[in-house]
Amino acid sequence: MALDEYKPQTGKAMLEGEGRSFKQVGTSPDRPDGVDKVTGRARFGADVTAPGMLHAAIVRSPHAHARILKIDTSAAEALDGVKAVVTRADFATGLTGEMWNILENVMADKTALYDGHAVAAVAATSALIARDAAKLVKVEYEVLPHVTDVDAAMATGAPVIREGAADASVPPGLHPNVVRYHESGRGDVEAGFAEADLVIEDHFRTEATHQGYIEPHACLAQMGGDGKGELWCCTQGHWNVQKICAALLGTEQSALRVTASEIGGGFGGKTTVFIEPVALALSRKTSRPVKLVMSRSEVFRATGPTASTSMDVKVGMKKDGTITAMQGTFRLQGGAFPGAPADMTAMCAFAPYNVANLKQVGYDVMSNRPKQAAYRAPGSPMAAFATESVIDELCNQLGLDPIEVRLKNASREGTRASYGPKFQRIGLVETLEAAKAHPHYSAPLKPGQGRGVSCGFWFNFGGETSVSLALSEDGSAQLMVGTPDIGGSRASMALMAAEELGIPYENVRVTIADTASLGYNEVSHGSRVTYASGLATIQAARDAVRKLCGRAAAKWGIPEDAVKWENGCAVPSGPNAGDFDPLPIAEITASMGATGGPIVGHFEATPEGAGVSFATHIVDAEVDPETGKTAVVRYTVVQDAGKAIHPTYVEGQFQGGAAQGIGWALNEEYIYGEDGRLQNAVFLDYRIPVASDLPMIDTVIVEVPNPGHPYGVRGVGETSICPPLAAIANAVSAAAGVRLHELPMSPPRILEALERQRGG
Amino acid sequence: MVEVHLWSGLRARAGGRESIEVEAETVGEMLDALVEACPELEEIIDGGVSVAVDGRVIASTRTEPVKPNSEVYLMQRIKGG
Repeated sequence: MALDEYKPQTGKAMLEGEGRSFKQVGTSPDRPDGVDKVTGRARFGADVTAPGMLHAAIVRSPHAHARILKIDTSAAEALDGVKAVVTRADFATGLTGEMWNILENVMADKTALYDGHAVAAVAATSALIARDAAKLVKVEYEVLPHVTDVDAAMATGAPVIREGAADASVPPGLHPNVVRYHESGRGDVEAGFAEADLVIEDHFRTEATHQGYIEPHACLAQMGGDGKGELWCCTQGHWNVQKICAALLGTEQSALRVTASEIGGGFGGKTTVFIEPVALALSRKTSRPVKLVMSRSEVFRATGPTASTSMDVKVGMKKDGTITAMQGTFRLQGGAFPGAPADMTAMCAFAPYNVANLKQVGYDVMSNRPKQAAYRAPGSPMAAFATESVIDELCNQLGLDPIEVRLKNASREGTRASYGPKFQRIGLVETLEAAKAHPHYSAPLKPGQGRGVSCGFWFNFGGETSVSLALSEDGSAQLMVGTPDIGGSRASMALMAAEELGIPYENVRVTIADTASLGYNEVSHGSRVTYASGLATIQAARDAVRKLCGRAAAKWGIPEDAVKWENGCAVPSGPNAGDFDPLPIAEITASMGATGGPIVGHFEATPEGAGVSFATHIVDAEVDPETGKTAVVRYTVVQDAGKAIHPTYVEGQFQGGAAQGIGWALNEEYIYGEDGRLQNAVFLDYRIPVASDLPMIDTVIVEVPNPGHPYGVRGVGETSICPPLAAIANAVSAAAGVRLHELPMSPPRILEALERQRGG
Repeated sequence: MVEVHLWSGLRARAGGRESIEVEAETVGEMLDALVEACPELEEIIDGGVSVAVDGRVIASTRTEPVKPNSEVYLMQRIKGG
């Protein structure tokens, strides 16, 4: 089905999904992959083997910044069991733009740009031999000055990571490490601040964090000398892996078939490649399958954490809570390559508010750290931390209720967004009203506890999508989608297909197809899967239903448009169509071979109606003034899902965002030594929250339909991580009695703030 | 004519203009016409932009329709995690 057959709805008329009585959508059945996962039958990235398989290990730079003078592989190659060593010379040449950046990150050429940067790789008959051989690769370095802090990287005299990396957006006069620049806004911020009764400006910093997915990157590659290959890997987007690997290896995309394994978490960190081209290059060189699995330390040092930030935000407010002006400067360090989402940070920072005078500036800054990658709503959580902290402080000093102030200034349908256009139908006010009415908001606090609230915003995304739905002879359905299931999406797809076909949920099998089986599918990112693959599933099912109705019409000898679909059966559309008994799906499919052939529904398009989404979080925190330790004692997430297809998994996304936000706010951080090397590259030293660190996270699903989806779905995977940093910071600041400006709010940092407040 | 609003960081390239009017019936035609009207925008547009048409964010599809009375905003390319 072509996109022009699907018309996103606009205006204020009741939407298609609004008021519809669903039979299956909105229920929460068990996930189809659940048994496989609890029994160990599910196959993740490292679970596949092949006859004659080799194991690979990567040689990584121990320096933050160093010129590579010489690589001597002879000792490694002489070791028994070693079959091949690859360096940059084994990859394609002549790449430009982002493909060059990715190749440079996958395998350094002339310069190692960060601690952990790959410089060579070895394939051997066992993982142990490969690791031993990697140690025998002798790399001669000339150590160069390095910089890992965002403000230091922008300062005069900072070591230059790469001359000429800046794009056309950067004004003259900035340090060469500033590679992209964003400026937007409207009105007159100075006039707005002059109108205010109180203006607060503050400086905030956040450290880089890692997505912390439990499954390290892993792949199995097989590539022959003819350039044809197969790749099995854990990824959020295997068509993207196919595209990148083909470019980096200098082969055609169709020569490489990529299969996505089950995935043990991604959160944005598996939207690009790190090891797959290396395994393919080793396989091509040896003509044998090569398996490559990262250690946790490699995941921390050499995959894609978030950007770290340095931010200044200024907000003016009248005594009645009206915000008169907002201004922000957001500096994001994204590692040794362009790409830190400074533009997203700037555009999201003030989106929840209807304010006449705005200015937001973003800087994308390079440093000697790993190339940052997406992490749930990239850039937005940091923006909310700074903005919502200042709003909280204004409310405190003016004696105003924080939710009332947010309601007073909240963006609504028709409000001009901070990034320019007017909002379509949105649900921010509904989340604020639900938060205000929630028992949590009025519950008494104990001594030593504080309460914080915050709003958050994210755009969401559509992207290229291709789906195929084949009916079996018994009337069950096989749905093929191309978006790896990182959050229970197979259950949601099955529910939507079952709803349209009128068959039981259990009769729909959803498969994540490989790259040879469907058209291109954009990566599972941008909270797009339930929206875009869901929309595609609905349209593919409707395509199949049209064909089913056609078969019934032919059998009854009436026109196709005289047949409709109800409860899994073809029925005459009205009394004039004739008197026929309902024809169940299984009866039509049982004879489909003799009535025109297999029945398959399709949908291929780029849906562009992903509705933006808002959330409001309430947090209670307790701070121990002796140790600086914070306990989150109560947490409530209120978020607009548009329409919750599988409410339990929607709640899971809400809770997951809050849990990751708690880690980001309180403990997680990349710690670099003066030598530019990462100091805490294991989970013992990089502390993500465990179950005992978390309270029960309560959820409220708000449903304000998205006009761009047949059922009203909005993505929910990312918005849930936008408010937590600020909501927790506001709660901690209230509990500690001192404003916290820097994340993580670890015990030493809280003790330092308390000490400063006491005048120490 | 379609009035295309620019984010403020682009205005220095567009001679200080906050918006540019172009003849276009689709997003792709609009972007091509913008470059023709203001060649200084070419690098930015080629680098990747999204477009909001009547509040609906079009991430990349050039065939999306644009009407003469549509409210059109040029935006930085939207991406996600």
